[in-house]
Amino acid sequence: MTSTLPSIDDLKKNFEEISSGLKNQEAMEEANRCLYCYEAPCIQACPTDIDIPSFIKKIASENLLGSSKTIMRANPLGASCARVCPTEELCEGACVLNHSTKPIMIGDLQRFATDWAIRNKQVLFKRGKPNGKTVAIVGGGPAGLSAARELALLGYNVTIFEAEAHAGGLNTYGIVSFRLPQAISFWEVEQVKSLEVDIRTNTRVGKDISTKEVLENYDAVVLAIGMSSVPNLRIEGEELDGVYDAIEFVKKTKTEELSHEFVGKKVAVIGAGNTAVDAATSSVRLGAENVKMLYRRTVKEMTAYEFEYEFAKQEGVEFRWLTTPKRILSDEKGNVNGIECIQVELQESEDGSQRPVPISGSEFFIEADVVIRAIGQSRYIELIESFQIDHTNGVVEVEEGSYMTSNKKVFACGDVIFGNGQGEAMVVTAAQQGKLAAYDIHENMFGKISVTA
Amino acid sequence: MADLHINLAGIDSPNPFWLASAPPTNSGYQVQRAFEAGWGGAVWKTLGDPIINTSSRFAAINFNGQRVAGFNNIELITDRPLEINLKEIYETKKRFPDRAIIASLMVEPKQEKWHEIVKLVEDVGVDGLELNFGCPHGMAERGMGSASGQVPELVESQTYWVKEVAQTPVIVKLTPNITDITATAEAAVQGGADAISMINTINSLMGVDIDTWNTIPNVAGKGAHGGYCGPAVKPIALNMVADCARHPLINVPISGIGGISNWKDTVEYLLMGATGVQVCTAVMHHGFRVVEDMIEGLSNYLDDKGIDSVMDLVGKSVPKYSDWGNLDLNYKVVARINNDICINCNKCHIACEDASHQCIDMLKDANGNSYLQVQEDDCVGCNLCSIVCPEEGAINMVELKGDHPPLTWNERQKALSEIGAK
Ligand SMILES: Cc1cc2nc3c(=O)[nH]c(=O)nc-3n(C[C@H](O)[C@H](O)[C@H](O)COP(=O)(O)OP(=O)(O)OC[C@H]3O[C@@H](n4cnc5c(N)ncnc54)[C@H](O)[C@@H]3O)c2cc1C
Ligand SMILES: Cc1cc2nc3c(=O)[nH]c(=O)nc-3n(C[C@H](O)[C@H](O)[C@H](O)COP(=O)(O)O)c2cc1C
Ligand code: SF4
Repeated sequence: MTSTLPSIDDLKKNFEEISSGLKNQEAMEEANRCLYCYEAPCIQACPTDIDIPSFIKKIASENLLGSSKTIMRANPLGASCARVCPTEELCEGACVLNHSTKPIMIGDLQRFATDWAIRNKQVLFKRGKPNGKTVAIVGGGPAGLSAARELALLGYNVTIFEAEAHAGGLNTYGIVSFRLPQAISFWEVEQVKSLEVDIRTNTRVGKDISTKEVLENYDAVVLAIGMSSVPNLRIEGEELDGVYDAIEFVKKTKTEELSHEFVGKKVAVIGAGNTAVDAATSSVRLGAENVKMLYRRTVKEMTAYEFEYEFAKQEGVEFRWLTTPKRILSDEKGNVNGIECIQVELQESEDGSQRPVPISGSEFFIEADVVIRAIGQSRYIELIESFQIDHTNGVVEVEEGSYMTSNKKVFACGDVIFGNGQGEAMVVTAAQQGKLAAYDIHENMFGKISVTA
Repeated sequence: MADLHINLAGIDSPNPFWLASAPPTNSGYQVQRAFEAGWGGAVWKTLGDPIINTSSRFAAINFNGQRVAGFNNIELITDRPLEINLKEIYETKKRFPDRAIIASLMVEPKQEKWHEIVKLVEDVGVDGLELNFGCPHGMAERGMGSASGQVPELVESQTYWVKEVAQTPVIVKLTPNITDITATAEAAVQGGADAISMINTINSLMGVDIDTWNTIPNVAGKGAHGGYCGPAVKPIALNMVADCARHPLINVPISGIGGISNWKDTVEYLLMGATGVQVCTAVMHHGFRVVEDMIEGLSNYLDDKGIDSVMDLVGKSVPKYSDWGNLDLNYKVVARINNDICINCNKCHIACEDASHQCIDMLKDANGNSYLQVQEDDCVGCNLCSIVCPEEGAINMVELKGDHPPLTWNERQKALSEIGAK
């Protein structure tokens, strides 16, 4: 590779938010195109039940404060969700105009309204009249923030324990900046703080404060710790320099100065979920010469959203389907220089699922200077067990129709309960579950729900 | 949060948003649903001797994809028996004592008829009366509605008869189908009206089907003129409200009606002298729920402006509404094109070239890129280019400081006549 080195500023530009958002006029035209349906299907398709026609009507009438309140009231992560929700599978997919012309750009309008609130430094809500009860929330990601917001509106004294330096969870550290800048996540955190929620950052429960203390000192506990790091591939060469955990890797791009480390490199990403796409596209934007995603199934089974797949293709990411790594190879200095892969085929197993089975003798070599593991996330099993609550392989179990765990004082929501067929790992579901967990706590404590803004 | 409460000629309402007398206020069921949604008041669908309506009665103008830019109807007053309406008014008022319920009334122009109906509706607890002198069709043929409303003497005498017995405030609803609405407004005031409301619908024919040659709408192949309302009539209604508001002899509160679709329209009406507003078409288009944004948007607007009470808005723009003869002839604005925003559609050029003063040039820069430029010396500041410009901010009308002090036509004529008199 002989190309000149891009400047760090160029790389930084690559990590600025891609979409610039609707211009005022675009937003007005789009808002006026909305039919303002009654009992609109888009509302039903939104996991947080945002009254979408109402917030759009308020954009059209230039009541932007009201519009952003309508959004954020239903979804405390409404500004992030405007950017990262798979809208074509949710609200926009349900828009009745899919049957006549083209759907309303609901996500973009949601961003327009919340951007207004951010730009105008609005503080949208006031905490409810104190009711004397305390709740500890373990984990300040989307699920924890949403629960905190709702509990604060209901008058609880809320404390969030957050292991990292900032709250926001994967919105702050995990979703790439060019889709979700940190400033958006920070604003949502500020909105929660403004309700007198005490957010104790750099405080890891189980290390900086014991589980016992948390359980004893609060009337209820919300467990919203999400999931942990990417598990190991369990193949030879995993420990080499140049092998990364995708989540750690993305986190670095969001928290540290960007470097030339990846310029001109060949990158292989193992996996084909949301995280894999974010890792792959980040690599492209860091100047990698070639980025491949290796996946042991086919495009049909990939868990990334359609829009993510399209985006990755646009960015020039290549795909190797039905491919699984056997070992990571290195040069004499111990630097990664390739992966030995093997071709697999999908075979129907006894339970009817498609299982990838290696085809013997099909081994082949892929050149790579960097390997990024993106094969899902492991669980904080030890911490979960210290709360003495039931779980299956680290997926916390909750009572049917509620978010109560096997310990009646502990409620769980977000990615920590995702898995084994339960729910979806999305910001918007974490937001909704946080709200509902708050209502469960309230009902448990006072026997009835009264929700006010 | 600002206080949205209004008092219109003694009628209290928690907010300035009332439903106009029309299909949305046809029954207790509807008005109660409206109050649940947040409406501050409702003028009940006009009561009188029940009539028979035609089937096929509404039509609308859809303007370039926007549905219901204007709305037209050939509906008459209530077709439900008076006793039933009275019972439902009573029940509704009992359930919502804090909301304003106004009875809209239309009877033959006879003193005893008016006395009779006023007593009946006041007995069930209405907060006020609205005399419908506006309906432009059907009732007019029977000497009621706009047939009364177009004759100042009839407006005055009927208002007077009502005032003879009324215990509650009397609002006179005026028809716009008249050359000068201040003539009938003044007559209403002379007759003792406590307030006036305007406008009722404007005579209209919505259209003709160019295939069947039938009118739109048609009733078994025949049509009749209807009444026009909705967003398209707002400028007409606003002018009438303003004309009454600034008239020295029309010194009663005004309830503004006509094309109000949102809180911004409402603010405009209030600034132009209305104490509250009434809405029909917006509700017929979207349902009672539109009031949520109206209330919230108005409240946010007042907070934003640091105004404590919505009543403080009333009439604030009236002094700014004058006559042509009082406008400064030396005031000058010119069009200025922002080429960073301009998308080069050339609409401004052709509008100015063919319909104004030929002062927007289509030019090319050194690199051969097209751009547009205004010859400011020739620009008369008519605004046409900025009106046809599709791109927000691409053309700004900017004020030029002139060499001459302000001079109005009236001042000029006066000065000239003084010179002539010498
Ligand atoms: C790379 C990537 C891309 C994604 N893209 C999208 C997308 O486009 N759209 C979408 O909807 N979803 C996306 N997701 C999923 C989404 O981010 C998650 O579903 C969501 O963040 C879950 O929220 P949560 O609050 O449950 O968990 P998290 O966001 O993981 O938050 C958990 C929080 O708990 C804290 N914590 C953990 N342990 C402790 C402890 N012991 N003590 C105190 N604090 C602790 C963590 O520091 C963290 O702040 C993506 C995820 C990843 C990884
Ligand atoms: C279908 C229809 C029926 C109406 N009936 C009455 C009526 O019975 N009495 C009355 O005073 N005005 C009636 N109006 C006029 C409205 O009250 C109102 O003055 C007019 O529609 C203008 O307001 P808008 O632009 O908000 O619709 C009617 C209007 C419509 C559209
Ligand atoms: S709205 Fe439609 S269904 Fe309802 S009365 Fe009118 S024509 Fe009939």
